[in-house]
Amino acid sequence: MATSSSDSAALLDIAEVSKSFGSVEVLRSVSLQVAKGEVVTVIGPSGSGKTTLLRCVNFLESYDSGSIRIDGKEVGFRDGGQRQRRSERDLASMRAETGMVFQSFNLFPHLTAAGNIMLGLTKVRGKSKSEARAIAEHWLGRVGLAHKADSLPAELSGGQQQRVGIARAVAMEPKILLLDEITSALDPELVGEVLAVVKSLAEDGMTMVMVTHEMAFARDASSRIVFMADGGVSAVGPPRDVLAAETTNERLRSFLARFRASHF
Amino acid sequence: MLGQIAYALPFLAQGFALTLWVSLLVVVLSLIAGVILGVGLVYGPAPLRWAVRIFSDTIRGIPILVLIFFVYYGLPAVGVHLQSFWAAVLALTLFKTAQVVEYLRGAVASIPKGQSEAAMAIGLTFRQRLAYVIFPQAFRRFLPPWINGVTDAVKGSALVSLLGITDLMQAINQVIGRTYEAMPLYILGALLYFAINYALSLASRRLERSFAFIRE
Amino acid sequence: MGYTLNFNLIWRHFDKLSGGLLLSLELAVISIAIGIVIGLVLAVWYVSAGRVVRGIIAAYVEFIRNVPLILLVYLVFYGLPTVVDIAYSAQTSFVATLALYSGAYLVEVFRSGLEAVPRGQIDAGKAIGLTPWQRLIHVRLPTMMRITLPALSNTFISLFKDTSVASVISVPELTYGAQWINFNTFRIVEVYLVVTAMYLVTGYVLLFALRLIERWYRTAR
Repeated sequence: MATSSSDSAALLDIAEVSKSFGSVEVLRSVSLQVAKGEVVTVIGPSGSGKTTLLRCVNFLESYDSGSIRIDGKEVGFRDGGQRQRRSERDLASMRAETGMVFQSFNLFPHLTAAGNIMLGLTKVRGKSKSEARAIAEHWLGRVGLAHKADSLPAELSGGQQQRVGIARAVAMEPKILLLDEITSALDPELVGEVLAVVKSLAEDGMTMVMVTHEMAFARDASSRIVFMADGGVSAVGPPRDVLAAETTNERLRSFLARFRASHF
Repeated sequence: MLGQIAYALPFLAQGFALTLWVSLLVVVLSLIAGVILGVGLVYGPAPLRWAVRIFSDTIRGIPILVLIFFVYYGLPAVGVHLQSFWAAVLALTLFKTAQVVEYLRGAVASIPKGQSEAAMAIGLTFRQRLAYVIFPQAFRRFLPPWINGVTDAVKGSALVSLLGITDLMQAINQVIGRTYEAMPLYILGALLYFAINYALSLASRRLERSFAFIRE
Repeated sequence: MGYTLNFNLIWRHFDKLSGGLLLSLELAVISIAIGIVIGLVLAVWYVSAGRVVRGIIAAYVEFIRNVPLILLVYLVFYGLPTVVDIAYSAQTSFVATLALYSGAYLVEVFRSGLEAVPRGQIDAGKAIGLTPWQRLIHVRLPTMMRITLPALSNTFISLFKDTSVASVISVPELTYGAQWINFNTFRIVEVYLVVTAMYLVTGYVLLFALRLIERWYRTAR
């Protein structure tokens, strides 16, 4: 298990990334390395920049300074430090290397569950229809929805939709999977089935960065926890250290206290 | 009276056919132009967006009749000579194109941002996102108002009678000029226009219902 | 071949255009005033009426909406006097036509507005003991008005543009003025440029003013 945070061969290397929306600084010189096979959960109060950081990793959001590399390659900008935005084609192929699962699922409503998964496989990966269909069925099986392959998203429950969302992301065989509050829009009784899928992917060695409010899940499933506050990394380490009750980090302690008060 | 009208029926039928023909041309041409300009309005670079915005707001801000006269009398003055039929088709197409631009903009705007983000996240390029994710969804929202708006093309086409084109409106006026049976012929004309447009609006309602499933 | 713009002749006959614009506005205002009455009465009647009345009102609405305005204008001006013993000026005839025309669109606007009034408001009106008539005047109509004001503004703007059709029966409104200058001076491009600008500016000024009124109405009540 890789827990070293200064590993120079990190799969994901976020270095001193800053970003402002107008006069509001949402990311202040954030640095974070994620090794292959690691599961990193990002926690923190709302407005702390967690989701923005995640969206910068696959360049759904641009950033003002710093660099984000996956496997040594700059994500949004051309290599060579010129901060020149990659071409549309380059960006698309870089993004195909990262999978993303969204809070609001964002399934394509006009395509079936299998169709959602097949779109990237056929159009980006260039696979044949039958090959893509086989892969889609394999992954739908993995998330327990083999029988829903030909259902439209509107015919699925929230939990089922999100499981299709996960299958759509991992079917592309991304180097890293980004999960953005994927259970926040779900009814409480549907959260478990989605988290079970994430856990099984973690056991398979999928590298993941996950923004979540599910503390119990963060504690049990992650290699490291990152606590963000005010746009910066305030604490980072193994779950038992970060979630320890006797932490000296004032912000973290009040965040955890508020959390315990409302969630336990 | 009925004999006179019966005698004029073939003539009225020709006018009716011309009204359908003008409407069809306008609907098809404006669909093509409107979709192209609409994509320019939503995704184009700033100068193109501004140009389309000004075009659409100007055309929609003036009466169709003024547009028709402007094109019909104005083009020859600047050296462009079109048959009155084509001048009429051009003017009505401009009018209808501005509508299509707005329908398209509205349809694309109604698709949540998360859809293109999800498409980006799996690595689709801009064109692929439009072709496989945005347009298939936008199409379903574009269709019902567009078909509803086809009746505007049919109604607008009656104004081309003022350019001496023998459409249904003009045919009716000419038959009245010979028979002096104004009221029965106007009512007949109204019923014929009504028949075309009512059929169209029934079709649009049916389409709206068959696409209802997509409105999550 | 070049075309040199020369607006002199347009300015010399500008009274045709300015007078025409005023008449266009006048036609639109009078027509929508009558149209609002028609629309309100029929909408209130519709939501409380039986099937026969509903059918008749729906037929009126569908008929008007599916027939070109120019045909309705001809029908009322040239057609009606041949079967009914009435005589009226082109202007009166056009106002009558446009009022009936806008009435049909406004029935729909008001009807959907009335149906959008929340049930709870009507129940609250009943609870404090208002009669049906009082509920209509004090609860349903004010709420409906707030809901339908934007649609009413849009109807007025498009009615203003529709007044151009009055030119076909020689009512001297703005488009008629344009035609007159077109045929008498042949400064064709100039006159239509000026008239286009006049319609645009008036239309957008009206729209802006109506949006202000809507905002005032929303906050003042």
